[in-house]
Order: sequence, then C-alpha cells, then structure tokens
Amino acid sequence: MMYPKDTPWHKLARGGIIPGAATALAYETGGWRTFRPVRDDECCINCLFCWVYCPDGAVVCEDKTVKGRGFDLDHCKGCAVCAEVCPKDCISMHPESDFAQ
Amino acid sequence: MPDQIALEGNIAVAEAMRQINPDVVAAYPITPSTEVVQAFSQFVADGVVDTEFVAVESEHSAMSACISASLGGGRVMNATSSQGLALMWEMLYIASSLRTPITLALVNRALSGNINIHCDHSDSYGARDCGWLQLFCENAQEAYDSMFQAVKIGEDMRVRLPVMVCYDGFLVSHSVEMVKVEEDAAVKAWVGPYIPDRPFLDIEHPYTVGPLDLQDFYFEHKRGQIEAYKCLPDIIEEVGASFGEAFGRSYGLMEPYMMDDAELVVVSLGSTAGTVKDVVDALRGQGKAVGGLKLRAYRPFPAAEIAAQLAGKKAVAILDRAMSFGAASAPLYSEVTSGLYANRVCVPCLGYLYGLGGREILPEHVERVYADLAEAAAAGWAEPEMRYLGLRE
Repeated sequence: MMYPKDTPWHKLARGGIIPGAATALAYETGGWRTFRPVRDDECCINCLFCWVYCPDGAVVCEDKTVKGRGFDLDHCKGCAVCAEVCPKDCISMHPESDFAQ
Repeated sequence: MPDQIALEGNIAVAEAMRQINPDVVAAYPITPSTEVVQAFSQFVADGVVDTEFVAVESEHSAMSACISASLGGGRVMNATSSQGLALMWEMLYIASSLRTPITLALVNRALSGNINIHCDHSDSYGARDCGWLQLFCENAQEAYDSMFQAVKIGEDMRVRLPVMVCYDGFLVSHSVEMVKVEEDAAVKAWVGPYIPDRPFLDIEHPYTVGPLDLQDFYFEHKRGQIEAYKCLPDIIEEVGASFGEAFGRSYGLMEPYMMDDAELVVVSLGSTAGTVKDVVDALRGQGKAVGGLKLRAYRPFPAAEIAAQLAGKKAVAILDRAMSFGAASAPLYSEVTSGLYANRVCVPCLGYLYGLGGREILPEHVERVYADLAEAAAAGWAEPEMRYLGLRE
C-alpha cells in the first residue's frame, strides 16, 4: 500500500517502511524523464531486446509483442537503454518539451 | 559467589552480554573495545551462549550485519571504539532511521589523527547527530548495569532505537574494579525476551524496508523520528528506577552529586565525574558549597532537566573531552549553555577542554576549576573563552 501524497507525518509507519511488497509500480517515476523514447513500429522486428534491457520494466509487452505497444510513461525515466540496445536503431529519444501541450 | 568480583570494565560488559545472550553479535576488533568481543567470542566457542557470532571484515560490515539481523527479528549487540565507530558512520544513521534497537558498547577513544588509542570523547561526539542514544558510564559497574538498561530502553515499543553504552577507553575498559555481577536468572528475567517490532519473514504481511524516500516523504519520516526521542527521558528514568528496584542501583538521566545547596557546580561526562566527586568531597570538608552534575544521557540531551539542576547556582563549569573544531565552543558547553538560555536560566558558565588523547585529569585540575568558579561567582560573569586543563601552555 502506498501512502497518499498528503499523508501527515504521524500517520506513517515507523522506520520509514512501506506496508506491503512490490510497491514500485504504485510509485510514479516518469516525471524524472527528460527524453522520451519513441519506437518506429514500421522498422521494429519485435526482438524484445528493449523489453529485456529496460531497467524499469517500462517497455510494454503484451502477447509477446512490444511492437505497437508503446512505453509505460509513468515509470520510464528516459535512460535511453532501449534506444542503445535496439539492433535496428528504431527507437529514438525526443525532448519532453516536444510533447508539451 | 562473593558479592563483588574484580573485573576489567570490558570483561564486565562481556559478562552482561553473556547474561543477555543476544541472538547475533557481529563485530570487528579495535582497541580498546577488543576485549569485549574477544571475551564474548570465547563464550560463543564454549557454548555458554546461543549467539550467532559473525566475524566480519570491517566495522562498516559489522553494523550492516547488525542492522540486517535486527530487522530479521533478533536481539543484536556489538562493540567498537574510535575509528571503528567512524567507519560505521553511514550505517549508524540507517540503524536509527530503520528503528533497529541494537546495543553497542562504545569504548571511548580519540579519533585520529594523529593516531591515538587512549580516551577522549571525539568518537561519541562525532556520532551525536546520528539518532542513537548515548549513555555515558562513570565506571565498570555502571557500564555493566547500563548494558541491560540499554537493551530495555532501546527495545521499548515506544522507542525502538539503537543505544550506545559509552565508557572511557582504558580508564574504565582496562581498569580492574570491584563489580557486582548479578545472578544470570535475575538479569535475564529483568531484561525479558526479545519481541520483534514486526517479523521480517511474514509472507502474510509483507513490507518494504529502506525504499527510495524523496522530497515527498523523507521530511515526514524524519519528523516521525524526532517524535520518538521525546518520550525517551521518561523511559530512561523509568528503566533506571526499575533496575534499582530489582538490583539496588538506580539510574536516571544524570546523577546530581551534593547539588542541593551547591553554589559552584562542575558538569562532566564519564569517568571524570568520579574525580569530580572526590574533589567535591574534599572541598566540602573545607566547608565549600560545591557540587557535581554527572550527565548520563548525552543523547537524548536532557536540556530542560539540566537547566532545572543549574538554576540558582552561582557559577557552572562544563568539562569537554573533545572539541568541535571551528565551533564557537566545545559540544557539551554549547549544548548546556544553549539549554540554559532556552530555559531562561542565567548563570556564569566556564568552558574547559581536557583529557584529549588520554591526557590525565587530576584532582588538582578540578580544584583549579572550582577556584575559577569562585572567582566567576564573585564577579557574576565569566569570559566565554575556552580554558584548558592539563595542557602545556
């Protein structure tokens, strides 16, 4: 269980613990990202290298397919490992400002 | 068994550890604390304790292992000095932040450099902000007694914090004194069994320890930690009184000596408090209204209680056995005088630095302090300059 962001200090568990396990999914780190990965799905051969190497599990894979599935932008920190390991160079990194409304 | 037996301070502390029979001791030897671990590892080898003894490769690893063992649900102990404590430094903060009630025998020794193995309080002072309790002991008996109390205070469900039992290197650790060693069953019963805060491997109730803690929660966690220290003065008094009821030796946050009608007071930590008491006795014999205030709890620092003790006195001396370089004054002086100001107690305070690197402090040094206090009392004022005892000038 993640505490809501407005939880006052005296409502938190002792020792800075988080009650519950595997809580990383509930903690959004996408806000740290400066560069956003964009996959060219025409060129993607679905080798899954990006999915294997992503340190944050932020490459979306469904039915053994990453092609056309995009990225989990709530957790992608923009580290660009996916772009680096892609054997077809079909993942490119773009400044977040390009996506600002 | 005789009522008292002759023991070195370190061996008395190792005896206390044998009687407590902790689940885990992870330690690395360093002078002058080595004997504690050496004697205790003999108990392990002889099978007289059930403790898992972890011989680690450094003090950093020792403290890391202690934290893990404590989180794993065990009662955990350790001993170190000086550089050993310094090497534990980053783990000390983690131990207190994770609220692991580890007991550490800290045998006070000067920090390098230059290298020195003898007593001063630079190691304790260096770790004063890391969230551990620090109880200073005057002699071997207090060190022995405080080990049991440290366990009880740190493990109290209202507290759950690690505790250092501090005693002066060589002066207490290696001096042979008469010590009353209590019956195993009696102290075991008094300390009681270890009750984990929460079992570590409870798959029905998993939890996450030591996660990333950024701008959004770190401050609230620290505020929670600050709160934990507020109840400590009462608990230290409570546990000290309970120990007294059980074994006839009571303890508190401090020990006032001839303070009731005293006009001139010397505040000190550790074995020096014994020298101060002797000098007080001698000066009382000459009809002088002098007293001593021995601080036992340095963390938590009982500022209001100290101010209450010093209110109405004519002059006070504060003895420091280590310096905070570049600070306005030495640590104990700064903290005592700050507590006096905050509690609206105005009394001339003289600060002394003494005993660095094991330099001897003699009764005549303390006599000089009381003579200085008499002058300050007459003037109603003391220059806020550092004074030195036993230094070649």
